[in-house]
Amino acid sequence: MKEKEYLHKTYHRNKTVTIMFACLFVFMGLIGRLVYLMVFQSEYYTQKAKELHERERSIKAARGRIIDANGEILADNKTVCTISVIHNQIEDAEEVITVLSKELGLTEEYVRKRVEKYSSIEKIKSNVEKTVGDRIRSYELEGVKVDEDYKRYYPYGSLASKVLGFTGGDNQGIIGLEVIYEEYLSGEAGTILTVTDAKGVEVSEAGEERVEPVDGKDLYISLDRNIQSYATQLAEQTMETKQADSVSILVMNPQNGEILAMVNIPEFDLNNPYTLPDTVAEEGLSEEKKQELLNAMWRNGCINDTYEPGSTFKIITAAAGLEEGVVSTEDNFSCPGFIMVGDRRIRCHKTTGHGAENFVQATMNSCNPVFVTVGLRLGVDNYYKYFKQFGLLDKTGIDLPGEAGTIMHKKENIGEVELATISFGQSFQITPIQLAVTVSSIINGGRRVTPHFGVRVANADGSESKSFAYPVKENILSEETSQTMRYILEQVVENGGGKNGYVEGYRVGGKTATSQTLPRGSGKYIASFLGFAPADNPQVLAIAIINNPKGMYYGGQIAAPVVRQLFENILPYLEKMDYNKA
Amino acid sequence: MAERVSSRRKSNSGSRYMDYSLLFIVLFLLGFGLVMVYSTSSYEANLDFGDSAFYFKKQLGATILGIVVMLIVANIPYHFWERFAVIGYAVSAFLILLIIPFGYEANGAKRWLRIAGISLQPAEVAKLCMILFLASMICSMGKRIRHRKGFYTVLAVPVPIALMLWKITSNMSSAIIVMGIAILMLFVACPEYKRFILLGLVALAGAALIVFVIVKMAESGTDSLNFRGARILAWLDPEAYASGKGFQTLQALYAIGSGGILGKGLGASMQKLGFLPEAQNDMIFSIICEELGLFGGIAVILMFLLLIWRFMVIANNAPDLFGALLVVGVLGHIAIQVILNIAVVTNTIPNTGISLPFISYGGTSVLFLMIEIGLVLSVAKGIHLKDL
Repeated sequence: MKEKEYLHKTYHRNKTVTIMFACLFVFMGLIGRLVYLMVFQSEYYTQKAKELHERERSIKAARGRIIDANGEILADNKTVCTISVIHNQIEDAEEVITVLSKELGLTEEYVRKRVEKYSSIEKIKSNVEKTVGDRIRSYELEGVKVDEDYKRYYPYGSLASKVLGFTGGDNQGIIGLEVIYEEYLSGEAGTILTVTDAKGVEVSEAGEERVEPVDGKDLYISLDRNIQSYATQLAEQTMETKQADSVSILVMNPQNGEILAMVNIPEFDLNNPYTLPDTVAEEGLSEEKKQELLNAMWRNGCINDTYEPGSTFKIITAAAGLEEGVVSTEDNFSCPGFIMVGDRRIRCHKTTGHGAENFVQATMNSCNPVFVTVGLRLGVDNYYKYFKQFGLLDKTGIDLPGEAGTIMHKKENIGEVELATISFGQSFQITPIQLAVTVSSIINGGRRVTPHFGVRVANADGSESKSFAYPVKENILSEETSQTMRYILEQVVENGGGKNGYVEGYRVGGKTATSQTLPRGSGKYIASFLGFAPADNPQVLAIAIINNPKGMYYGGQIAAPVVRQLFENILPYLEKMDYNKA
Repeated sequence: MAERVSSRRKSNSGSRYMDYSLLFIVLFLLGFGLVMVYSTSSYEANLDFGDSAFYFKKQLGATILGIVVMLIVANIPYHFWERFAVIGYAVSAFLILLIIPFGYEANGAKRWLRIAGISLQPAEVAKLCMILFLASMICSMGKRIRHRKGFYTVLAVPVPIALMLWKITSNMSSAIIVMGIAILMLFVACPEYKRFILLGLVALAGAALIVFVIVKMAESGTDSLNFRGARILAWLDPEAYASGKGFQTLQALYAIGSGGILGKGLGASMQKLGFLPEAQNDMIFSIICEELGLFGGIAVILMFLLLIWRFMVIANNAPDLFGALLVVGVLGHIAIQVILNIAVVTNTIPNTGISLPFISYGGTSVLFLMIEIGLVLSVAKGIHLKDL
């Protein structure tokens, strides 16, 4: 009994009970911790775990098309396929290798390497034609995945390449309208959320969550494919015959700023935008150098480059002079073949002089001394005022990227000599689009329009159409001066230096220009002609610019005929298109 | 008095006590563990071995063997083992030493011995032998345990084994468990409280100091933090160490947190699909929480609590001190391991590799736990119903 008494010492029992309660206490604490984690922190960890388990695959949205004034599709989407293999789903590796190498035109080693590589998913080839993709699908090979995708496709190849622009690997706009209207064209990508295990293998029971993509909107533009392709042909011909460096033709509606054609030869193939022209030897080019060449190839001369406008700018000097009242159509001048400005002798292009002439005749003759006189009569302050009022200091606001600004003297740096040269379009630089828009506003009654391509966007089924509105600056010139300018410029074409721009049966106004490129004496010229029709109510304005032609380089001789040919074809066409009746 | 003794004799022959509650709880935990081992391991097992029941089959074998061994041990009077106490201590030390030349590595730690095709963790042997040795030693010490010298002697006994486990097998958790078992047995054997409270406070202060020093070192940018230092930093902020030491803990937290109140349903865990390392092993509790929710987690904890309660009842009614101490040792072993395991998976304490008794995958662990349960049942058999 003694031993038993010892055994049942109460403290042993008490201590065991103490341990029991200590355990209870600790377990309660752990339960509290569990409640905290699984009730209060549950949402946080559930979200974290979800992010870890879900693999997001995006579904590309179809990019909006670009459609011309006649409803022709200029930029479209083509369905292409991406072929991939999923290693641990492949059942017959040899057959997969044979089929894929045969259908995709790849070497067997190339395909074998990818098929045998242990990875969750391995891409074999992308941008595969849909017919090929469908054919591969029809083999029903286990472990081969054919994913459809959209690729940008330009049905007319190089047509209006520098205007339309192209898209990159993620279908995002790189240059041109594709960039500017990205927000409308791109749409919103959808997603497929699939649940995967730690190795990235999809867990099939878990199913998938889909967020459907929103397709991009179609962009309707004012560009007319017929005019654009005719202008392209003309420009190519001119480039060929004159062996010029580049030729640009710009056709716009001076009343509302809609651009009907913008040609910059040489164009490039929008479906292969990264292929340099054949004339360039690609071997040995550094990446940087290649990119430089590509950028040059993609450059839109009408808006990205500036030039000295030369005599076409006399339109601006004349308009400013007439508006300010320092000159009238009846004013008589005498041209001895030069004019002294300060101690500088500025020559007329006709060195023997034009003799006695009134202002209209002087414009027809493109007489430098007369325009210098008008410029000097205006004075720096007034000239600068009109320069600014006409909008020449601002960008035109065209809906294309990278518009270049005007390169102009600072007002305080303009002396008499500078003023004289500005008066006939030298010593400063503007873009062709700037010239076209400024002349448009001078001849349309004084409304400075915003040049543009984009007319409206709408869904593919035509719903949710949204038209764009563009700012117009009214009264930059009086209607009276505008009318006078139309008359003078019609005279230039009827009887003056622009007679090569004359189109039978139409009233055409215009102005020629021949400007020497910098540095002077290089023997390089830019020949240009600006024409519009009908002269009394201009509905279409065109500029042709020939950069560095060989042989004959006078604008009146080589650029005016280009516009004439263009007008001969497009004026009847535009009449049919109701453009002329507006 | 004499009458009472004779009545005891009578009952001795007839109604010997079998603790069916304990047996039922253990069998329930084992069965539940098998289900969870299958659930957590089938996906990975299928990928790695092409057999989704690979781990389940091995565990089932160990469990059946364990039950057989348990029944045998339960029917051997527990005093039979007293004679092996010293040998057991020596054998466990010897087995740990064998690791140095013969141990093989798994999961980056050298903790296993392979004997005749069966792999064995000496740590599990050491825990069992420590319980046996201390129970025997404390009994033979009698009242000497009340003196300071006796107290410290008992405290010193497990230290060599714990140190060897820590240094040779780099298994700090097993070392902690061995020390913990010893302290709990000593606690029950000694009438004293003061020394234990002091011991607890010292341990707590020491732990706090280590954490403080490591945090300070990390702040001052010292790179010399070792493996365990990094573990402590990862414990404090697992998301900052998400790709390193905090990875497993963070994955466990994702599993537990995403389980919510009701869980995703048995078999529906996502984290077991390769995200959570050791899902069927040390981290099995987090998958239980993910699949069965807060209710499942609490139910498991309550089962362990019931188990501990049964141990307490048996210990307090054991026929002698030796039996009582054996049960207290087993109680200590299981309680500490459960607490540490759940504390680790919930990131309540720094990560250390420790399995959940009866539920985690692991043959040695189940086998030795079942031997311990057999011992407890044997002690329970010594209880005469009249004494209750």
